[in-house]
Amino acid sequence: MSSLAIDRLCVEYGDTAAVVDFTEIVAPGAWLCLIGPNGAGKSSVLRSLAGLVEYRGSIVVDGTDLAMRSSRRRAGLVAYVPQHPQLPAEMTTAEYILLGRSPYVGYFARETRHDWAVVDSVIARLKLERFARRRLSELSGGEQQRVVIARALAQEAPILLMDEATSALDIGHQQQALDLVDQLRREQGLTVISAMHDLTLAGLYSDRLTLMHQGHAVASGTASEVLRPETLSEFYGVRVTVHHDPDGTVVVIPRRA
Amino acid sequence: MGRRGWFAWFLGACVVLVAAIVLGAMIGPAGAISKANWNVIWNLRLPRVVLGGIVGATLSLAGASYQGVFRNPLVDPYLLGVAAGAGLGATLVFATGLSGSSMALTASANSWPIDPLPLAAFFGGLAAVLVTYLVGASFGGSSATLVLAGVAVAALATALQTLILQRNNEVIRPVYNWMLGNLSSAQWSDVRLITPYVAVCAVVLLLHRRQLDVLRVGDDEAVALGAPVARVRLTVVLAATMATAAAISVTGLIGFVGIMVPHFVRMLSGHSYRSVLPMSMVVGAAFLILADIPSRSLLGGAELPIGVVTAILGAPFFILLLRTKRAGV
Repeated sequence: MSSLAIDRLCVEYGDTAAVVDFTEIVAPGAWLCLIGPNGAGKSSVLRSLAGLVEYRGSIVVDGTDLAMRSSRRRAGLVAYVPQHPQLPAEMTTAEYILLGRSPYVGYFARETRHDWAVVDSVIARLKLERFARRRLSELSGGEQQRVVIARALAQEAPILLMDEATSALDIGHQQQALDLVDQLRREQGLTVISAMHDLTLAGLYSDRLTLMHQGHAVASGTASEVLRPETLSEFYGVRVTVHHDPDGTVVVIPRRA
Repeated sequence: MGRRGWFAWFLGACVVLVAAIVLGAMIGPAGAISKANWNVIWNLRLPRVVLGGIVGATLSLAGASYQGVFRNPLVDPYLLGVAAGAGLGATLVFATGLSGSSMALTASANSWPIDPLPLAAFFGGLAAVLVTYLVGASFGGSSATLVLAGVAVAALATALQTLILQRNNEVIRPVYNWMLGNLSSAQWSDVRLITPYVAVCAVVLLLHRRQLDVLRVGDDEAVALGAPVARVRLTVVLAATMATAAAISVTGLIGFVGIMVPHFVRMLSGHSYRSVLPMSMVVGAAFLILADIPSRSLLGGAELPIGVVTAILGAPFFILLLRTKRAGV
C-alpha cells in the first residue's frame, strides 16, 4: 500500500504548458480517475509519474520524492500501462510478462527463479495459461490488453497507472479488465490512477474524479459532484443528460441537437 | 521457443562452425591437408580462416546489436557511418602513399613500424560515429535523430572520399578492392591486432542481451520498466562500433553479413536477444569462413572479393527465407 502526493506539478513541452500546478493526494488503495477533453494534460500527469517526461514540482511516494529514487526503484513503485503499448510481435506472452520483473534484475544479471515464479502466478491469476507460450501477434486485442496488465502486475508495484488502457476494448473486455484491477485494488491495496474517456465507467470504478482542462484541474470529487451537465458542457462542449441510478451509479448520456 | 529451447540450435551452430573451420583449412589452391603443405596451411590458410571467423562473428554480432538498439530490422553495423569513415581513412592512407600493405599499388618503401592502413580505417570509422553521436545528441539523441545524423555523416565522408579519389586516380583500384572486402592478405598479426578489441566489445555486447530484450517494447515503456535506455544505447553502439571498426580495419568492408545473419538466426531459434546475439556470432563466423572458400578457390589463382561472394550467396538464400518465413525484430 502506497500513498501518493503530487504537489504543484508542471509539465511543459517547449513553450506549451501541458500541466499547470497540478496538486493531488491519493490515499493508499484509492482509485483516482483523470477525465477531461483531449489535450487536457491527463497523459502528461501519468507520464510524469512514470518518469517519462521532465516536470517541475514534486511527486512523493511513501514519504520520498520520486525524483530522488533510482529509475529501477521508481519502476518498483509505479507500474505504467500505456494507451498504445508496443507489443513485439514475435515475443511470447510469458517472455513479455517477464519484462515486468526488470526493476528487480541487476544491469548485467538474469532473472531468478523467483522472477519466473511471479510470472507464473500472474499468469495463473489472470487465467492466461493458454496464451503463455503463444506469440503476442497471435492474441486478440482483448487478450493483448490483459497481457499488458499482467506485465504491469508482475512489476509488483503498489501504484498502477493506466492511460486509456481500456479505451480500445469492447464493452465486455473493458468491464473484464476494470473488474480485475478493482479486485486487485480491494485485495492488495493497489493504488490506481487512470485516465479515461468513458465518463460513466470512470465514475463507476474510481472513488474520485478529477476533471482537467488545458492543463488545470478544474473540478474534483465524487462522480455525482463532478459529472454535472453544466460542468461537462462548459469543459467538453457537449450536451448531456446525467442520470442518477438508485444504486448511486452516475450515467452520462449524450444528447442529439 | 522455450526458456532454453535455443540451446540445441546453439550446439548445432557450433558443430557447423567446427566443420567450416576444418573445410576452410583443407580447401585451397595448394591442395588438401598433408605434411608437405603444412606451412601453407599454418601461415596462409589458418590465419585466413580464423580472421574470417572473427570478422564474420563480429559483423553479425554488431549487426544484431544495432538492430536491437534501433529496433529496426533493416539496420546493419554500418548505419552510423563507421564504414564511410573507415573508407575515408583508408582512402587517405592510399592517396598519401603511406600504406605498406600488399593492397597498395605504390610499393613505396614503408618506413612505418606498423601498417597505417588499419589504424586509419579504425580511427576513421570511430571518428565518423563519434561525430554522428555528437550531432544526434545535440538534437535530442532519439534513435531517429541518430540515424539521420548517421546518414548525413556517411554522405559527407563518402563525398570527401570521392573528392580524394577524383584527384588521385591511381588509387581508385586499391581503394575499390579495399571497399569490397578482402581476406587474402590475412596474417596472424592481423588476428592479434584486432582480437583484444573484438573480444572486449563482444563480452560487453553479450552482457547486454537482456537489456536489448527490454528495449524491444520501445524507449518509453523500457524507461517505465526502470531500464537505463540512454546508457544502454550508448554502450551498445560504442561497443558494436568499435568491434566493427576493428574488424573492417583489417579486411575492408564486407557487406551483407551484419544484416543477414541476425535475421537468419531469428528464423532458426527465435527473436529473443538472449539467443540472437550468441547465435549470430557462431553462425556469422561459420558463414564467412564458408563464403571465403569459393572466394579464394573459384577463380583459380585470382581472388573473388569476399563481399561479392557474401552478397551472391546470401541474397537469394535470404529472399528464399523471407518467402518461407516472415521476418521481424
